[in-house]
Amino acid sequence: MLEHYLGLFLTAAFIENLALAFFLGMCSFLAVSKKVETAVGLGSAVVFVLAITVPMNNFIYNYLLRQGALEWISESLGGQDLTFLGYLAYIGTIAAMVQIVEMTLDRYFPALHASLGIFLPLIAVNCAILGASLFMVERDYTFAESVVYGLGSGVGWALAIVALASIRERMRYSDVPEGLRGLGMAFILTGLLAIGFMAFGGIQL
Amino acid sequence: MASTRETFLDPLVNNNPITLQVLGICSALAVTTKMEVALVMSVAVIAVLTLSNFFISVIRNWIPSNIRIIVQLTIIASLVIVTDQILKAYFYDVARQLTVFIGLIITNCIIMGRAEAFAMQNGPWESIVDGIGNGLGYSLILMIVGFVRELFGSGRVFGVPVLTTVSDGGWYVPNGLLVLSPGAFFIIGMLIWGLRTWKRDQTEVD
Repeated sequence: MLEHYLGLFLTAAFIENLALAFFLGMCSFLAVSKKVETAVGLGSAVVFVLAITVPMNNFIYNYLLRQGALEWISESLGGQDLTFLGYLAYIGTIAAMVQIVEMTLDRYFPALHASLGIFLPLIAVNCAILGASLFMVERDYTFAESVVYGLGSGVGWALAIVALASIRERMRYSDVPEGLRGLGMAFILTGLLAIGFMAFGGIQL
Repeated sequence: MASTRETFLDPLVNNNPITLQVLGICSALAVTTKMEVALVMSVAVIAVLTLSNFFISVIRNWIPSNIRIIVQLTIIASLVIVTDQILKAYFYDVARQLTVFIGLIITNCIIMGRAEAFAMQNGPWESIVDGIGNGLGYSLILMIVGFVRELFGSGRVFGVPVLTTVSDGGWYVPNGLLVLSPGAFFIIGMLIWGLRTWKRDQTEVD
């Protein structure tokens, strides 16, 4: 049993890395990877929010949206299938959770809030967050699996952005062709990183 | 105040959402292995972007500014649900290949970005034009990347064999790298390089 969860964690973090294998959260991935310090901030905020929202959405999907999910209210509602409302429900949950997390951090952990602060609102519209929830629904994870998946994919995303930021900091010492500076080079570096991560591809867990 | 013509043409090359504004990259990379899929995605994004710009601009004076993100997301999510249902009804095969990426139009930064930067300050007519313009700029890049990846990656254009591959008894050995994810990054990187060599003023100084 433990092996299954460990395998799921490693698969989500490395083999099916959200940023490098599925291109999710690319906008902030490229925009916030200029400095390692900010990359670490955004990365940890993503881990935090993913670990909360994926299980939340799993709960909503299993007890409110999927066919037969409403049976716990009354027998007559058992036939309802509300999956078409999925997008609205997931994005609502994510936006609300981000807001709650931000307020809680502000109240109880001001130091953490100060370091994550500016990134938290950005995260509501980061496609990696919604993407992870949609993958969770598509692959039909159980509640425990979704906790592990949320955590694993978050760690993978954070790892990728910190790696890219470290490389981009070193790029300052290189003589990059004029038109390729900045965004162009970031794309090519991400491509090379993705090739590196593909080496994990053959591993079966 | 920019003219309608400029609002429409600017996003195509001079202020392209993907290569200059860095918006909407996730889907640009993920759906471009085949041109057919890229085309359906482009049409879906143009439709959602135009309509969301229009609706947000119509009600912009009634949206309280501290809950505007939620209001925008609700409008966008509803439009995406409609798009998703239409695609599932009429283009089921393509919708299956797009998997989660139709849903991810909700968080596609182009849509939020244009709503925030343009539709909140401008009237409905300009917003529609801006939506179509930015949608077309996005589609342009998607189609170019899709063309290169499909032609050299599997020897086809829109599913029609152009270069006969070795496996079909022809001469062309397909370049597998282009079908994989890193290929997309390299193509967009090169595209940006080309564009910025042509339009010098877009070069970044750091």
